[in-house]
Amino acid sequence: MLNQFLMLAAVIFCIGVYGVLARKNAVLVLMSIELMLNAVNINLIAFGAFRDNVIGQVFALFVIAIAAAEVGVGLAIVLLIFRNRANIDLDQADLMKG
Amino acid sequence: MLKNAWLIPLLPAISSVLILAVGKRLPGKGHEIGIGALGLGFLGSLVCAAEWIGKSTEGGHREAVTAHATWIKLAGVDIGAGIHIDGLAVMMLVVVTFISLLVHVYSMGYMHGDRRYTYFFAALSLFTASMLLLVVADNTLQLMIGWELVGLCSFMLIGHWWEEGVNSSAAIKAMMTTRFGDVGLMIGVIILFFAAGRNFNIEHLNHEALTGGISHGLLLAGAACLFLGVMGKSAQFPLHVWLPDAMAGPTPVSALIHAATMVVAGVYLVARTYGVFFEGFSIHSGGINLVALIGGITVLMAAGLAFVQDDVKKVLAYSTVSQLGYMVMALGCGAWTAGVFHLFTHAFFKALLFLGSGSLIHAVHSNNMSEMGGLRKFMPTTYKTFVIGSLALAGIFPLAGFWSKDEILNGARANEFGLFMVVGIVGAFMTAAYMTRACYLIFAGEYRGHGHPHESPPSMKWPLVILSVPAALAGLLNAPFIGVFHKWVEFDVPGAPEILHEHAFNFPLAIASSAVAVLGATIAYRAYAHNAWPRGAMARTPALAAGYRILVNKYYLDELFVNGIVRKIQYPIAGFAYWVNQHVIDGIVNGFGTNSRKVANFVYDNIDQKGVDGLVNGAGAGAEAGGRSLRRTQTGQVQQYAAYLFGAAAVLAVGLVVLT
Repeated sequence: MLNQFLMLAAVIFCIGVYGVLARKNAVLVLMSIELMLNAVNINLIAFGAFRDNVIGQVFALFVIAIAAAEVGVGLAIVLLIFRNRANIDLDQADLMKG
Repeated sequence: MLKNAWLIPLLPAISSVLILAVGKRLPGKGHEIGIGALGLGFLGSLVCAAEWIGKSTEGGHREAVTAHATWIKLAGVDIGAGIHIDGLAVMMLVVVTFISLLVHVYSMGYMHGDRRYTYFFAALSLFTASMLLLVVADNTLQLMIGWELVGLCSFMLIGHWWEEGVNSSAAIKAMMTTRFGDVGLMIGVIILFFAAGRNFNIEHLNHEALTGGISHGLLLAGAACLFLGVMGKSAQFPLHVWLPDAMAGPTPVSALIHAATMVVAGVYLVARTYGVFFEGFSIHSGGINLVALIGGITVLMAAGLAFVQDDVKKVLAYSTVSQLGYMVMALGCGAWTAGVFHLFTHAFFKALLFLGSGSLIHAVHSNNMSEMGGLRKFMPTTYKTFVIGSLALAGIFPLAGFWSKDEILNGARANEFGLFMVVGIVGAFMTAAYMTRACYLIFAGEYRGHGHPHESPPSMKWPLVILSVPAALAGLLNAPFIGVFHKWVEFDVPGAPEILHEHAFNFPLAIASSAVAVLGATIAYRAYAHNAWPRGAMARTPALAAGYRILVNKYYLDELFVNGIVRKIQYPIAGFAYWVNQHVIDGIVNGFGTNSRKVANFVYDNIDQKGVDGLVNGAGAGAEAGGRSLRRTQTGQVQQYAAYLFGAAAVLAVGLVVLT
C-alpha cells in the first residue's frame, strides 16, 4: 500500500526537479517548486497514515502554509524582475556572474 | 631632650629637603626654613646641654644617654642607627648648631642675589645635618655615613661657583684627597668591627680596647687606618693640601668647614674612639707616637706657610691646619680634654675670623691683602671683631685661645711629651706673628684697593658681634679655679680603667707661652710698622731666599703629589688604557661591526628576499590563481547552482545507501 504512495511522490518530485532545473520561465520554476513540496507532503501524510499518528499531517499543514508564503514572496520577485527587464527568463538574470 | 637628641640632626635634614622642594616660591628664597630649623636645633642643643649639666654625677661621672633602632639583625650582627649622647656629643651639638645658625644668617647678606641662592641654603642645611648625624652616632657605621655625607656636601659647596674652572678643580681636589683618607677609615672600621667581636658599637669598641679585649696588633692596625681618614678629613700633613684650595668656595662655607663641620670631624673621630688610639699607639707611654708626630709636624708646617700668603682666606686656612695640628697633637699626647677644649674654642674664633674675612672681601671685592689696608676707618665693627678673633687665635690672655692652647702645652709637659710642648710653644710664637702680619696688612696703613670700602649689612655684622663674645670668653669655661668644662666633657667608658688625668694649671708655662706669643706679635709688628725688617736680607742671604721659595711653593708638596705620585700612576695607566682601547676594545667593536654587516647581508639576500618575500608574494599569487579558476563556476545562473545542489544531494544519498 505504502509503496504506491511513495512511488507517486517520487515521480512528482522528479518532475518538480526537472522543472526547476530545466525551465526558463520563472513562474514555471515556482510551480515546479510547488510540485516538489507537494510530493514531500504526500510522503508525510502517507507515512503518518501508515504509522497511525497525526504528526505527518501536522507537518504537511506547516509545509502548505510556508509554501503559500514562499509563492507570495517568489511571485513578488518575479513581478519586479518583469518590470525591470520586460521578460522573466532566468537565463538572462545573471547579474551575479563572476 | 637627651633621649630625643636624634631630632637635632633630623631638623636640618628636613629643612634641606623642604628648601629644595618649596624654597624658590618663598619670599626669602628658602633661607627662612634653614634659619628656622637651625634655630630650633640650637635651642634643642642648649636644652640638651642644660640637661647634661644637670644630670646626676653619682659614681663620679654622668652616664651617657643612648638609644638605638635596629634596622637589620643578621647572624648576630646589629646594623642600625642610634644616638650616644655624652659630654663630647653635647658640646659638638651646641657648637655645630650655633656656628651653623650664624653662618645661615650671615649667608643671607653674603650670598644675596646669588644665582643658586636656594640651592646654597639647601646644601648648607644638609652639611649641618650630616655633621650632626656623625656627632650623635653610636656606631662606626652611622659615623661613616655622616662622614661621607659631610665630604659630599663640602664638595658641593666648595664648587658652588663651578662655572670657574679653578673652583670646580678645588672641589675635586678636596673630594679626592679626603677620599684617599676615607679608604683608610673604611678599612679601619672593618678591622675594628671584627676586632670588637662583630660589633659596630663605639662604646663597646672603646671598652674592649681599654680592657684588653682586643690584641695590640689589631688595635694598632685599626687605629692607623682610622688615622689615615683623620689625616684626610682634618687636613693633617701630608694630606692637608686640599684645605687651602677649598677657599674657592663662598666664605660662609669656609667658616662652616673650618669651624664646625668637616675638618673637626677627624678630630672628633679620634676623641670619640679614643680608646683605640690610646691603646693602639701606646699613648700612655710618652715620648713620640704617630698621632702626636703628625699633629706636631702639621702645627709648624702650616704656620710657616701662613706667613707667605697674600690671600687673607689662605692665611686663615693655614692657621686652621695649624690649629687642627694642635688638636691632634693634644690627643696624641694624651691630653684628651685639652684637644677637645681647643676644638671648642677654636670653632668660635675661627668662625669669627672667617666671617670677618668674608666681610672684608664683601667690602673690597678681593681676597688679596695687598689690595686692602687702612680698613680700620671704613669698617669699625669688622675691625674690632677681627682683632678679637686674631688675639684669641694668637693665645693672648685672657681670650679663648690662651686657655685651650695653654692646656695643650701643659698636657704635653705633664704626660712627658716634652718635644711636643716645645713644638707647641714655637707654634704659638709663629701664630701670633702671622696673625699680627695679617691684621697689620688689612687694617693699618693706607687703602691700596679700588673703589670705596663700606661696612657690611646687619645680617653680616651681627653674627660677627655675637661670635666675638664666645671667642673672647669661651676659654674661661676651663680656666683654673672657675673651670667646669673638664667635668662636663670627659672621656668615660663605663667599666674601663680611667686613662685621663687632670693636671693642675701651670703658671710658669702659661706665662712663658704668653710671653712667646707677645714676642711674636711684637716682632711682626715692628717688622711691618717700623720697617725694622732688615732690608735686602733676602737678596744677601741665599738661605733665606731658599726658605722663602720653599714656603711660597708650599714645600713642593703639590708638585710631589702631582709629578711624583699622580703622574707616575696616571701616565702608565693612561697609556695602557689607550693601548687597550685601540687594540682590544676597538678590535672587538670593529670586528663585531664587520661581522654584523656580513650576517645582515646574508640575511637580507637569502632569508628576507627569498624566504619571507617569497612567502608573501606566493600567498598573493596563489590567492589570485585560485580566484581565477574558481571564478568560472560563478555563472550567476540560479538553475546551475540548484543543479550543483541536487547533484551533491544525490551523491550524498548514494553514499548513504552504499554505506548502510
